[in-house]
Amino acid sequence: MSAHAESVPSQRHPLVAFALRWLLTTNHKEIGSLYLWLSFGLFFIGGLMAMGIRLELFRPGIEFFDPEFYNQLLTLHGLIMVFGAVMPAFVGLANWMVPLMIGAPDMALPRMNNFSFWILPFAFALLISSLFMDGGAPNFGWTFYAPLSTTYGPPSTDFFILGVHLMGISSIMGAINIIVTIANMRAPGMTLMRMPLFVWTWLITAFLLIMVMPVLAGVVTMMLTDRHFGTSFFEASGGGDPVMFQHIFWFFGHPEVYIMILPGFGIASQIIPTFSRKKLFGYHSMVYATASIAILSFIVWGHHMFTTGMPLVAELFFMFATMLIAVPTGVKVFNWVATMWRGSITFETPMLFAVGFVMMFTIGGFSGLMLALVPPDVQYHDTMFVVAHFHYVLYPGAIFGTMAAVYYWLPKWCGHMYDERLGKLHFWTATFAVNLTFFPMHFTGLAGMPRRIPDYSLQFADFNMLSSIGAGLLGLTQILFLFIVIKTIRGGKEASARVWEGAEGLEWTVPSPAPHHTFEEPPVLDPEASH
Amino acid sequence: MNDAHGNGTPRYYVPHSSVWPIVGSVALFITAFGGVSFIHQSTEKVAAEGSYGAPIFYFGLAVIAFMMFGWFGAVIRENLRGMVSKQLDRSYRMGMAWFIVSEIMFFAAFFGALFYARLVSVPWLAGASNNLETHIRLWPDFADTWPLFMTPGGDSTTAMEAWGLPFINTVILVTSSVTVTFAHWALKKSQRIALIGWLGLTVALGITFLVLQAVEYLHAYDELGLTLGSGIYGSTFFMLTGFHGMHVTLGTIMLIVMWLRCIRGHFTADNHFAFEATSWYWHFVDVVWLFLFTFVYWF
Amino acid sequence: MKSLAGGLKSGLSILALWVGARDAWGAAAIDMREGVTEMSSRIQALHHLSLWICVGVGIVVFGAMFYTMFAHHRSRHPTPAKFSDNLLVEIIWTLIPVVILVSMAIPATRALIEIEDNSDADLTVLVTGSQWKWHYEYVDFGISYYSNIATPQAQIDNLEPKGEHYLLEVDNALVIPADRKVRFLMTADDVIHSWWIPDFAVKQDAIPGYINESWVNVPVPGRYRGQCTELCGMGHGFMPIEVEVRPADEFNAWIEDQRLANELAGEAAVAARAKTWSIDELLPIGQEVYLKHCATCHEPDGSGQGIKYPALAGSEIAGGDMNAHLDRVLNGKADTEMQAWAPQLSDLELAAVITYERNSFGNSTGDIIQPLTVYEAR
Ligand code: HEA
Ligand code: HEA
Ligand code: HEC
Ligand code: CUA
Ligand SMILES: [Cu+2]
Repeated sequence: MSAHAESVPSQRHPLVAFALRWLLTTNHKEIGSLYLWLSFGLFFIGGLMAMGIRLELFRPGIEFFDPEFYNQLLTLHGLIMVFGAVMPAFVGLANWMVPLMIGAPDMALPRMNNFSFWILPFAFALLISSLFMDGGAPNFGWTFYAPLSTTYGPPSTDFFILGVHLMGISSIMGAINIIVTIANMRAPGMTLMRMPLFVWTWLITAFLLIMVMPVLAGVVTMMLTDRHFGTSFFEASGGGDPVMFQHIFWFFGHPEVYIMILPGFGIASQIIPTFSRKKLFGYHSMVYATASIAILSFIVWGHHMFTTGMPLVAELFFMFATMLIAVPTGVKVFNWVATMWRGSITFETPMLFAVGFVMMFTIGGFSGLMLALVPPDVQYHDTMFVVAHFHYVLYPGAIFGTMAAVYYWLPKWCGHMYDERLGKLHFWTATFAVNLTFFPMHFTGLAGMPRRIPDYSLQFADFNMLSSIGAGLLGLTQILFLFIVIKTIRGGKEASARVWEGAEGLEWTVPSPAPHHTFEEPPVLDPEASH
Repeated sequence: MNDAHGNGTPRYYVPHSSVWPIVGSVALFITAFGGVSFIHQSTEKVAAEGSYGAPIFYFGLAVIAFMMFGWFGAVIRENLRGMVSKQLDRSYRMGMAWFIVSEIMFFAAFFGALFYARLVSVPWLAGASNNLETHIRLWPDFADTWPLFMTPGGDSTTAMEAWGLPFINTVILVTSSVTVTFAHWALKKSQRIALIGWLGLTVALGITFLVLQAVEYLHAYDELGLTLGSGIYGSTFFMLTGFHGMHVTLGTIMLIVMWLRCIRGHFTADNHFAFEATSWYWHFVDVVWLFLFTFVYWF
Repeated sequence: MKSLAGGLKSGLSILALWVGARDAWGAAAIDMREGVTEMSSRIQALHHLSLWICVGVGIVVFGAMFYTMFAHHRSRHPTPAKFSDNLLVEIIWTLIPVVILVSMAIPATRALIEIEDNSDADLTVLVTGSQWKWHYEYVDFGISYYSNIATPQAQIDNLEPKGEHYLLEVDNALVIPADRKVRFLMTADDVIHSWWIPDFAVKQDAIPGYINESWVNVPVPGRYRGQCTELCGMGHGFMPIEVEVRPADEFNAWIEDQRLANELAGEAAVAARAKTWSIDELLPIGQEVYLKHCATCHEPDGSGQGIKYPALAGSEIAGGDMNAHLDRVLNGKADTEMQAWAPQLSDLELAAVITYERNSFGNSTGDIIQPLTVYEAR
């Protein structure tokens, strides 16, 4: 590869060279690492906010933050975790692994890849800086329902809106890049139905992103014009409707929650076969199930709005469509179990996280199914039960999925094995803490504790205290994770090319650490080994 | 770079590193920040004394333009040097196609708002479905009409007539879609003069469209009392036509660039992806307009 | 394995805590309430149905997982099997969930159809949410009033021990008759709120500009409590609902009482207007009103909260033109959280609170506003 006119000369001050390398890079591995570090940093910031929330909820009474600030913490926690922690983490993994898994030299559009990444820090700077603005940060929940966010939103709302636009631009470009890479850059012989499931799930996720991020951009644009240019999309007196906001938001919002889980499904589908030493059960049905989930996700948004006064037929439609999603999701769960069935299983850390993912995601899925029934949802809606539901699918779901992937591929990335004992310790403490934090929320929710309140009546005190204790522990275990990752990067046992004996796929054919450039010559696939 | 290896396929071109993306990110940040300050400055919501919102905003836009020139310039140079393999060309095509899909979804959000207003919120405010009480108790004088002449709050407006300027604009835009196709055919047959002529005509039609649109807006504001503030009819009207107009503007600029590049002879009969992308975009803008004409103006 | 033992130990202690907790409030604290209406207990039954189905499916799925994790561990099962497909099994485990889902959907649909049937009500109440209080209007009787949180700020700030109904008590509860179908019309003045009484299984969003309907029929008289459940700004957690269900005849008597009280209040207002009040009489009344209604936003010491809730101390309005002050308090300011207080407070209360604001927090205009002035400005 001959140096290009725009490449950076190497005779620079090392710091400048370092900065330029990361600022200007077009290498998918470096950009992947950037995404992962950004996501990790934002996960800590969002987690710190969660610590604030749990601190205030530790016991009844207003102790640390006034209610206004509590709402700001809550909003930023939700937004940062969703847009800053989970999504970039998955994009980072895609950047690292998709080219390696399909035998491509890089992403299809490497410069745009860099662009997608570097927009994000600025977008989050815009969002987080709102904490220090006059009037405070956005305080209307991560769902920013109108008119609380339009007519009554603080001035910083406009920075939030533009921040969302930037995140949208970044996500759309990132998704385009992934689709094009998968569609156009596969090594000869890597047919669609031979792609690893992680690649498949990301292909479908990227499609979802392209379909819904523009809708999010549209709805925040309408917010902006309602706030400042006199339109009345979300105002009854002008012929609009506050509930229209919710329809458009959730048209984005529900596919968004699958954006946050499908790559996790892909990760579990890579790891479980490896450590069961057995091929993935039902590869084809896995692909079709993922696609069905994605398609169904476009017609279920109304299940977030059962108490808004929709007509009966709409409620019934959304209830049935939502319940239907349990079927393809069930297929996936059953396939994972069948993959393990009569395998030869060992429990290295990635496997522990993957199995934990499957179990606890399923618990979250069950509560989701319960929420889908309209009459009980009248009781569940906007209570801590919903909070329990989505933390189960998001924390032991999306976050555990990411962590499983990190443990699984870290040796490939940096050439060292992580410390297995610490990894296991991390898993067990995190699993314990995550359940301690979020399981009691089912109880408080059922007993009648609304969500998004900074203070609660006395009957909920004990479970909230338990949750808070669990949350503190959960925070500590994440510090352990940080420690493990840094320790692995700095040294440790050398990893071989095929790190795990049961692992299959192109990524294991390149050395560990994966060299800067891989697959400049397309690899040759064994025509026999097909699904 | 297109050093053929083994089986004769050129390697995929992976650019080394590039300064343009980070320039673009910073520019977007400046634009966003400046834009918000600008809005705050010009509305009462926040008193922004000593805020330089407007200049910051325009500076940001200028940097974005600079970035585009630089970035596309680099791509053009690579192309002229023959670094673009068939495969990379396909990447560009797919990228553009999916970009247009995302644009379609952006418009879908606003069309969604339009249909919601027409089929749900306005009828409901007038008592349809399960909202009889809404009508009786909150908006007893409100009637369900579309265009919405009188909002529940009592603001009145006049509808935009479809068969005047809007229809002329429809004809113009459809014609321009045809002329850009003629230009494409000419390009494929390497007929330079015809190419430059048809493309020039397309640009002229695009500009005419924009001028007429501006005239229409003035008419709406000055004579019809139809403004952004006149209820959901005005909101959806201006949001849809406004964003469409912005896309036509962008498309016209792209066409002008292509026209200049044609004059410089950048394209050959079988290597002219940028031209094609622009014409896709132009067709997309045209199709969106047909929907607009049908649902915003006509029915 | 050390961590496992630790986990077990903490698990046990939680179990102990949990059992203790059950003793304290009975089993209700971890389950959905049965409530007091026919619908609420049906909903609880539906909840149990879906819960137990999920538990059942969970036992099967997790049971299989634990079994295979144990039995097919490499130490026991060193050579993995080779299969990776089985069409029949896959069809079966697609169909079984469908059947299960249908069996849940049918009773849910039945219940939902009934929930949505608002016809034939005996009484209609218009419920209006605003930041952060509820307003109830008995549309057939011309009676209406506001309902505010009654928990003292000192309890919230941990300065006083918390009462039994901490955060769940109001000054004026909604009163409805037992054994009658009561229809609620829900709407809001500013942002979306949501009116929820768990024991009734009624949760309905109150949306500004629209009216939603729901209904309840409570067989048992008593006091029922709930909260606003849609994030509605900083007072969202402090917007309780209290409903008093009275036997039908007592309810009718109560309605009569309210009519009478309205008349008396009218007379009191006339009397207040006729009198010229001194500053020493007004200040204590004003302070009470201020702390109850205004301090949430403007803070007890009038210092406000940033740019969103302006300080009244040194405010140009509260320390300047009296008419502007009167107007702002009477009519509020459109599209801000500063609402119109004219419909909520009496002439005397308004006069007192304005007088108080003009002579406290370091404001020292010395102005006194009389109820008559307020009356005339309305
Ligand atoms: C990763 C994110 C994620 C995922 C995957 C899901 C998955 C699901 N969610 Fe969840 N959800 C959220 C994130 C997610 N959700 C968030 C963030 C919110 C709150 C937003 C807010 O208001 O702030 C929310 C809220 C939410 C609501 C609204 C509640 C309310 O506000 O009142 C509902 C209602 O239907 C719902 C349903 C579901 C369902 C049916 C699934 C299904 O996909 C689950 C399917 C899985 C299973 C069912 C388990 C495995 C299946 C089997 C083992 C097969 C056999 C099983 C049976 C037949 C029982 N979710
Ligand atoms: C992927 C998404 C995601 C993730 C990972 C989390 C993680 C956590 N969440 Fe969050 N949460 C949301 C998404 C997420 N959340 C969303 C969308 C909402 C809804 C918002 C809304 O209503 O609008 C929400 C709301 C929400 C609430 C509801 C508040 C309310 O309704 O009033 C609570 C309350 O307990 C909570 C707690 C937590 C906790 C304790 C964690 C923990 O798991 C966090 C653990 C991580 C860390 C702690 C970081 C690492 C460590 C450090 C930073 C070092 C410092 C540590 C210590 C001092 C101990 N979250
Ligand atoms: C829900 C929050 C809230 C409550 C409760 C509230 N206010 Fe306000 N008040 C506001 C807001 C917000 C403004 C600023 C409006 C604006 O100008 O944008 C304001 C402004 C004012 C002003 C003008 C101050 C200035 O300098 O601009 C006065 C006077 C005032 N309020 C008095 C009162 C009184 C008296 C009460 C109680 C009876 C009260 N407020 C209760 C939110 C509230
Ligand atoms: Cu009112 Cu929450
Ligand atoms: Cu959903």
